[in-house]
Amino acid sequence: MAFTIKVNGTAHKADVDADTPLLWVLRDVLGMTGTKFGCGVALCGACTVHIDGVPARSCVTRIDAVGDKPITTIEAIGQTPTGKALQKAWLELEVVQCGYCQSGQIMSAAALLAGTPKPSDADIDAAMTGNVCRCGTYQRIRAAIHRATA
Amino acid sequence: MSERPVSLDRRTFLKAGAAVGGGLVINFALPLALRPALAQPATSSAFAPNAFVRIDPQNVVTLVMPMVEMGQGIYTAMAMLLAEELEVGLDQVRLEHAPPDDVLYGNSILHGQTTGDSASIRAFWVPLRQAGAVARILLIQAAAKQWGVDRNTCRAEHGAVVHTASSRRLAYGDLVNAAAALPVPSLDGVLLKRPEEFSLIGTPAKRLDTPAKVDGRTEFGIDVRLPGLKVAAIAISPVRGGKPRSVNEAAARAVKGVRQVVTIDEAVAVVADHLWAAKKGLKAAAVEWDDGPNASVDSAGIIRQLEEASMQPGVVARNEGDAEKALAGAAQRLDAVYQLPLLAHAAMEPMNCTVHYTKDACDVWVGTQVPTRTQDSVADLTGLPKNAIKIHNHFIGGGFGRRLEHDGTLLAVKIARHVIGPVKVVWSREEDIQHDLYRPYYYDRLSAGLDASGAPVAWTHRVAGSSIFARWMPPVFQNGLDPDAVQVAADPLYTFPNMHVDYVRVESPAIQTAFWRGIGATHNVFVVESFIDELAHAAQKDPLMYRKALMADPRALGVLNLAAEKAGWGKPLPARWGRGISVQLAFGSYLSQVAEVEVMSDGSIRVHRIVCTADCGIVINPDTIAAQVEGGTLFGLTAALYGAITLKNGRVAQGNFHDYRPMRMNEVPVIETHLVKSAESPGGFGEAPTAAVAPAVTNAIFAATGTRIRTLPIDTRLLK
Repeated sequence: MAFTIKVNGTAHKADVDADTPLLWVLRDVLGMTGTKFGCGVALCGACTVHIDGVPARSCVTRIDAVGDKPITTIEAIGQTPTGKALQKAWLELEVVQCGYCQSGQIMSAAALLAGTPKPSDADIDAAMTGNVCRCGTYQRIRAAIHRATA
Repeated sequence: MSERPVSLDRRTFLKAGAAVGGGLVINFALPLALRPALAQPATSSAFAPNAFVRIDPQNVVTLVMPMVEMGQGIYTAMAMLLAEELEVGLDQVRLEHAPPDDVLYGNSILHGQTTGDSASIRAFWVPLRQAGAVARILLIQAAAKQWGVDRNTCRAEHGAVVHTASSRRLAYGDLVNAAAALPVPSLDGVLLKRPEEFSLIGTPAKRLDTPAKVDGRTEFGIDVRLPGLKVAAIAISPVRGGKPRSVNEAAARAVKGVRQVVTIDEAVAVVADHLWAAKKGLKAAAVEWDDGPNASVDSAGIIRQLEEASMQPGVVARNEGDAEKALAGAAQRLDAVYQLPLLAHAAMEPMNCTVHYTKDACDVWVGTQVPTRTQDSVADLTGLPKNAIKIHNHFIGGGFGRRLEHDGTLLAVKIARHVIGPVKVVWSREEDIQHDLYRPYYYDRLSAGLDASGAPVAWTHRVAGSSIFARWMPPVFQNGLDPDAVQVAADPLYTFPNMHVDYVRVESPAIQTAFWRGIGATHNVFVVESFIDELAHAAQKDPLMYRKALMADPRALGVLNLAAEKAGWGKPLPARWGRGISVQLAFGSYLSQVAEVEVMSDGSIRVHRIVCTADCGIVINPDTIAAQVEGGTLFGLTAALYGAITLKNGRVAQGNFHDYRPMRMNEVPVIETHLVKSAESPGGFGEAPTAAVAPAVTNAIFAATGTRIRTLPIDTRLLK
């Protein structure tokens, strides 16, 4: 089936089965590889994108469920003030190690700040616990989220 | 891994010359002791005009990175070493992944182009600074010649040579062609800066790789895009040694987007336009397996085999005095068995490899810690000459030792031989966990004898487990002894008058074993630091004071004392809270940790705070050290709390992050790093904190509850 999805403000066509997860459309069909594959079953958050401003695990989000809702990925989150502030804080505090999970971390953090501009540590726990980092950058992620809102 | 440093000052062969298309190039050739066939060409090899350090007429400094970046910060740290002596800003250095070449890009400690063993800084600390210094000297000479002035009246700063008296200035780019024609100064006359002269080394310089990692631009191996690229999903025999028995190819090919089904000895791959089609095709293929001879192997059997082997004497790794006799005469005797589980690496980036195979060439795109081993093995597999095999290295989304193995590349090449055009093989998370090469299961048997005052008079430690080196680098496995299996155990920081350490090799055909972050230290620091804690309590001594009484090394005492001070050792804690301490020398660095742990009434554990002190010699980038303390500690803590791979019916029982749990944001303790200032040469660091944390936590659990944890992961049912 042919689907048209709106990613970072641009319409893209994808001729795939209706059950195809958004992740593989982004990565393999559209060639937007900033969104990462980590587990395939919404356990790690590496594939997090925003659909209509809401964080979604793109590895379990069927393309036919997206409709014409706008999708934002890591490639464009820096165009929002919140995304830009987060990226800046991430670099100031040198959060990143291998970096593979950080697209998803930043997308989850951006969604958190959209709804909760001044999150507490408990808010951060609640919003970020679904995002795994095997390098163990959690302490700095927490600090960077606070810094981005300062 | 074994550490056999060569004296770099005397044995590095440094060359300088002109680059293709203009510019100055500095080359190294390192002698590689375990590769004698290569050592000879190293001394006489022709100048390689693209290698290592290039400065082009546009003033761009390129460092061709022999070591791969997988989060440890090596890109930045190595660039800092070069920039310090070359007198350029870090922002002037561009980085390129090196092609495979053991001679030009070899790590002298690891005898090849291998990123591992926390050895990169130790190996390149001297030669990279020498490269920068030689280039700087040549550039200054070239400028002085052009100006007709004494070179001692010129200085280098920020990528330019300046004549101090006249303030004339020439950018390096304007000098490189003249510099390339000058004779290379003897390394004996090249003076490197003293630590007090450093302007970059020792500063928290910003990492060079991170800006592209916060906006999705970084290309990891899994992100490779090529014209005509196909993507493959793979199912590997769930039991090692098994083979596909039936594959419904027609059903797989009926899935939209599927192009091809490839069946090889041990696996089935479905090649498609995108990974979802490949995954659907693989499911439709409904592969059935002949499990082969390992279908009845389970964890209980593996542990039983280890237990039995540990009853027999092993190959002696260390013997002092007469431990048996001293044990027999001791006032008090302690015996204990410690066990550590199989562990998967479970890096965030699942295994993947892209290959374009044709009849006379093979291109491989992969993130690898071992580019030359990969190239050699692909040559062996395909029969192609080595120079027909190109390894395009990539950033790695977490290595932890997994990418010291090239099994994924060989599988991808076997598949790609059946595919026209490039194909990217991407493993599912389940394949990644179930077809890892695992950190060995270790079964350690220890005894100690104390005299009437509680001081140890005897210490014996027998390690039973798989030998990684016997497979990975057989020359290191000599006379039945694997130095990794007894790392730290054979050389503890403590002095025992009578001591016996031995090793019994035990292998299971159902699994392969491999290095895992922290290697031998992660195993033996847990065992040694736990058992010494047992001795302290048996002697009714404070665990900190007991350790100090047995140690003479001032650097070890330095980190231990600082950790105790920063953690508030001895200060009262609430009920069911405890502090535990560990200390170690591994990878050339000293480390001590104090963990503050609360044990809940249901047995669950909350690690509140970890204080880590380190003396790792001269620090290149203190922020990277802190980051490695934070990350390495959580990697080790995750394993101590949750990590276990088990086998049932020859199959790995775990498959994803729900049953092979990583620590998450809501669980992590506060981690503090405190560095001891040192003028010693740098030690390795990426793995050290991973080793330190488990015994600090289990010793804290003992302090909180009186229960000694001797088997990992921690069984919280014992703590109710």
